[in-house]
Amino acid sequence: MAERRGAPGPLEYTRRLWLRAWLAATFLFLYAPIVILVIFSFNDSRRNIVWRGFTTKYYAKAIANASLIEAFTNSLIVAFISTVVSTILGTLLAMALWRFRFPGKAAVEGANALPIVIPEICMGVSLLVFFSRIGLMGGISWPVSLTPVVIGHIAFSFPFVAVVVRARLEGFDRSLEEASKDLGASEWQTLRHVLIPFMKPGIVAGALLAMTLSLDDFVITFFTSGPETITFPIKIYSMVRFGATPEVNAASTVLIAITLLLTVIAMRLQTPVREEETR
Amino acid sequence: MNAPPIVRIEQVTKRFGSFAAVDAVSLAIPRNAFFALLGPSGCGKTTLLRMLAGFEQPSEGRILIDGEEMAAVPPNRRPVNMVFQSYAVFPHMTVAENIGYGLKVTGVPRPEIERRVAEAVAMVRLQGFEERRPDQLSGGQKQRVALARALVKKPKLLLLDEPLSALDRKLREEMQLELVRLQHEVGITFVIVTHDQDEALSMATHIAVMNRGRILQISDPRSLYERPRTRFVADFIGQVNVFDARLLDRGETGVRVMVEGLGEIEVPEREPPAEVVALAVRPEKMEVRTEGPQAGPLQLAGRIGQIAYFGDHSRIFVECDGLRLICIRHNRSRIEETPLAEGMACYVSFRPEDAVLLSS
Repeated sequence: MAERRGAPGPLEYTRRLWLRAWLAATFLFLYAPIVILVIFSFNDSRRNIVWRGFTTKYYAKAIANASLIEAFTNSLIVAFISTVVSTILGTLLAMALWRFRFPGKAAVEGANALPIVIPEICMGVSLLVFFSRIGLMGGISWPVSLTPVVIGHIAFSFPFVAVVVRARLEGFDRSLEEASKDLGASEWQTLRHVLIPFMKPGIVAGALLAMTLSLDDFVITFFTSGPETITFPIKIYSMVRFGATPEVNAASTVLIAITLLLTVIAMRLQTPVREEETR
Repeated sequence: MNAPPIVRIEQVTKRFGSFAAVDAVSLAIPRNAFFALLGPSGCGKTTLLRMLAGFEQPSEGRILIDGEEMAAVPPNRRPVNMVFQSYAVFPHMTVAENIGYGLKVTGVPRPEIERRVAEAVAMVRLQGFEERRPDQLSGGQKQRVALARALVKKPKLLLLDEPLSALDRKLREEMQLELVRLQHEVGITFVIVTHDQDEALSMATHIAVMNRGRILQISDPRSLYERPRTRFVADFIGQVNVFDARLLDRGETGVRVMVEGLGEIEVPEREPPAEVVALAVRPEKMEVRTEGPQAGPLQLAGRIGQIAYFGDHSRIFVECDGLRLICIRHNRSRIEETPLAEGMACYVSFRPEDAVLLSS
């Protein structure tokens, strides 16, 4: 590395001490609680206030907790179904918005963005009112009782998929589609061999996004789940109300790990394909 | 050479809104031709090409390819393949997959695909690159993939949309020769769209010059350059000195015209246009001398305004009575015999048989 001299330039923020300190403070503020949560999941103490030595027994205890595992299973089922459905819906919506011009397109685009910006609490309440009105809340047995939660999750996550896939499609060269047809491919073959492979990173990223959103959603799930259908975040919330034991920490750590993993995969798939250099 | 043409375009018009991009165009493309559609940007040449490919439908008129009406035939069923300006090489497929794509989607059996892809790869000299991905290829290589991908389908017609515009000059000249070689090799009719006159002149066997949705002239390259019929064509192809002129009378051996700045001239032209508006002389047919006037009428006295040196030739701009003439002097020898300099008095002359009569 060549040695740089003189005053730091405006963009050389890593060379200014106060900016570095600011950065460190930000990271501390954002991640310290999470780090402490993870550390204390290994704490050998019932009250979990002071460190009393390393143990993994609360992980074992969490796994042995039947209602926690049930909640976890519910979460996985909800996440799986809502991810599949919202990925398909979102991709189709993205393609329609990208490809066609139709009356009311702007309205559709706006309506699409609505679930992203609308406060979750409003969405939760409105879904609750709606589901009670049509008789979908309560009085049905598992797993059908998960239906309102699944519908709620699909409703708020497919717009995210649509946004991600749409962004990917903006970079699509229409002549690829024409070239495919010119070479003898039908509309379906073109979709399968050219358009879908092109959209794939967007679709996968959107799906992972939908999955993380669904897995850790609390507000909408809280309103739309019945008394017997508890998901993981809600279960943890109810456990915390009886005291934050390391068991809660352990369960949360698992959730953090899953979310983190999915986010990393989503981000890696979303990095745009580097523009091919000409010559 | 009486085989029916491979393409017949009959009174085709294409309107976008009220704007006619292609306006009542009729033309026939002979078999095995290297046919160039040449014109400034926005003249409708690409629209015409896209109608041949099937991506646009004519508003009026009809297109026949090998005698078959194309109106109801979608792009994927036409015996036509295209090389796109952006190459449109599929980024997620290897070179071999790209080339084999058109065979795969039409259900050609795998062993045959492999054989034909290998042939096509050899034809465009991409051996060793089969497993590469497009982002590992240069512009020229992508161009070859696009070519091979189209030719492997053995179309009746290969369409090329400004295929060389994205390449740098040296590579472009190489690809020009390559395209001509390929066309001879495969014996497929090529239709190329270009705005580059050098490209059209050096490659094509037939050139159609278009402007504002109409075809102005279809000729072989030499006639197009030496016998342009209209002012636009003369001006668009190469450089030219144009004098306003009008027809005086027609004789057995030629016509007499009144040329502004030159007076009365007899041009040995047997088939002059019905309405003559101008007389044109190419700059390389104009001679610049510094010695005194010689016998013969086609001589203009002037003063050298500017000299642009191009290595193999020099362009000399001469001011004559308010006219600015351009003359080309080929630098045949390393030693300049009669050096010219800006500001020198000079005489410009040309032979009457080198002059062309133009209509509007």
